[in-house]
Amino acid sequence: MIVLEPWETRRAWLDWASPLIAIALTLVGGGLMFWVLGQSPLEALRIFFIQPLTSVYGVSELLLKATPLILIGIGLSLGFRAGVWNIGAEGQLVMGGVTAGAVALALYEVESIWVIPAMMLAGIAGGMLWGAIPALLKTRFNTNEILSSLMLTYVAGLFLSLMVHGPLKDPDGYNFPESRLFHDAALMPTLFEQGRAHIGFVMALIIAPVAAFLLSRHVLGFQLRVQGVAPNAARFAGFSSKRLVWLSFLLGGALAGLAGMMEVSGSVGQLVPIISPGYGFTAIIVAFLGRLNPLGVVPAGLLMALSYMGGEAAQIELGLPNAVTGVFQGMLLFFLLSTAVISDYRIRWRARV
Amino acid sequence: MMDLGFLIPALQSIIIASTPLVFTALGEVVTERAGVLNLGVEGMMIMGAVVGFACVIAGFSPFTAFVFAALAGLGMALLFGIMTLLLYANAVATGLALTLFGLGLSALVGSQFVGLSAGAFPKVSIPVLSDLPVVGPLLFGHDALVYVSLALVVALIWFFKHTRAGLIVRAVGDDHDAAHAIGYNVIAIRMGAVLFGGAMAGLGGAYLSVVQTPLFIENMTAGRGWIALALVVFASWRPGRVLLGAYLFGGISIIQLHVQGFGIAIPSQILSMLPYLATIVVLTVISARAAQQGAPRSLGKTFKVTR
Repeated sequence: MIVLEPWETRRAWLDWASPLIAIALTLVGGGLMFWVLGQSPLEALRIFFIQPLTSVYGVSELLLKATPLILIGIGLSLGFRAGVWNIGAEGQLVMGGVTAGAVALALYEVESIWVIPAMMLAGIAGGMLWGAIPALLKTRFNTNEILSSLMLTYVAGLFLSLMVHGPLKDPDGYNFPESRLFHDAALMPTLFEQGRAHIGFVMALIIAPVAAFLLSRHVLGFQLRVQGVAPNAARFAGFSSKRLVWLSFLLGGALAGLAGMMEVSGSVGQLVPIISPGYGFTAIIVAFLGRLNPLGVVPAGLLMALSYMGGEAAQIELGLPNAVTGVFQGMLLFFLLSTAVISDYRIRWRARV
Repeated sequence: MMDLGFLIPALQSIIIASTPLVFTALGEVVTERAGVLNLGVEGMMIMGAVVGFACVIAGFSPFTAFVFAALAGLGMALLFGIMTLLLYANAVATGLALTLFGLGLSALVGSQFVGLSAGAFPKVSIPVLSDLPVVGPLLFGHDALVYVSLALVVALIWFFKHTRAGLIVRAVGDDHDAAHAIGYNVIAIRMGAVLFGGAMAGLGGAYLSVVQTPLFIENMTAGRGWIALALVVFASWRPGRVLLGAYLFGGISIIQLHVQGFGIAIPSQILSMLPYLATIVVLTVISARAAQQGAPRSLGKTFKVTR
């Protein structure tokens, strides 16, 4: 019978090989899916994964979509390390978007370079506030944070809808559930002439190594890691697990809120009923694909951004439903989790006793 | 005498709104009693919803549609079981993967069903009894699945209390090492419980798309799988209380519609938040009491065969 034995000494290369194997398996699975849908697998995969990258505009859009994924993925990877399951990043993103959007509308007449920083602070505050609720419930009442943070995501979506149907609706918008278009001063400065990629991507590239440093060198990062691997050891060492829950949720919420601000300011340019195509959930996959390492999250975010682009390309070129993106993403997470077994365990054959 | 005319349809719609939760949460009770926390309920449910709906559209009988929906949920659960029980993958993350994959795949399959309806689902009609005033429509006028769900509650109460198999499932969930030492095959028993949970979630999802709406819309479970997970905690892992909890939540979601009907000026979004907020409040109240009464003691712990 096949048995799994823990490695006596871990093989570092397997840690990095397993995501690559997972990606390869996803490509095979994706090809199979395209074949079932009546497409030529190779051609469809080319359109899905390569074509979006063949223009400056495409690359710019890729960076635009990767920005929120990387930001949120960084926050989640810190929390997941400690076994704090913040599943509600999508809600924290939405709340960050609403608060940042409200600031943009309040400062509608103001033309100052301080509008963007004010919106960022508002977005971070909104995301942190929404992340603080599950943290409070978890630390005070032991409420399962997975369920509370997820339920709050639905509440956040409805709150956004309430806002764009009511207080933040464009007064001259013919009653459409949308806010006014933001003033130029409230739009993220772009990186290129073409496309919407903005300086948020650069910020994400700066935040990633900072978070990696926090995790690997700072005492808080050490506590997060110990809490995740050996909760009992963390307790004996006197680490406050409540503090780590708060830290995970506030950091995760802040980064998700910032991502929400960037979505409304850099991607949409106004408040609309839906401001994110599920970035908060996809970022969960990004965190795992990056092996819960903030530096690994960067390429992982780019790859997942590509899956959104690929879905759009497949929709336009092949007439396939946009949902193929979701299938790809789900498949990738499955393969990631099941291939993680090879880096953790040695697979051996042993005669039945 | 009070006019009960409006109350009867309201109660009927509560039962219809609750039945998907009853099926799904009962399945998860069995899964968790065996010590496995499957967070992929939402994904299994939506797959049941799309497969059940597809079967009805393809012209299969309702019975066949529900069988295939249960199989769809079971297939998803099998994936979860293989990954967590055999490959020791992280159960929380695998559950999320199941949900994300299920939502994506169902949207892909369901994109061809836009604008189609499964048509009205037949209700049971018992001569004389169903025609009784008040009692007739309340007790004898539902579709067959409602009665199946109620029978399932009774069956599971009996299963856990009075059968050897129920005792074994509980033993595996409470102390997998002890159960293993006595000679029970922990992995196989857990796999069985996971598969049962998946099949029930599939039925719950299909009830939603085939009976309740009867449409298929992308993402139509709208968090019901997660609410079912919360219900299991609310019910302290007891099938009888699951029924109570599910009807309570069904009630909240229906009251929300009726409040709007009465012309009370509360924005619809705030009313729509109620089921989610109620879930959080109830979960918090339950969790604040003595630590997780009735939770299987090995819940969520990975069992590794050592020899």
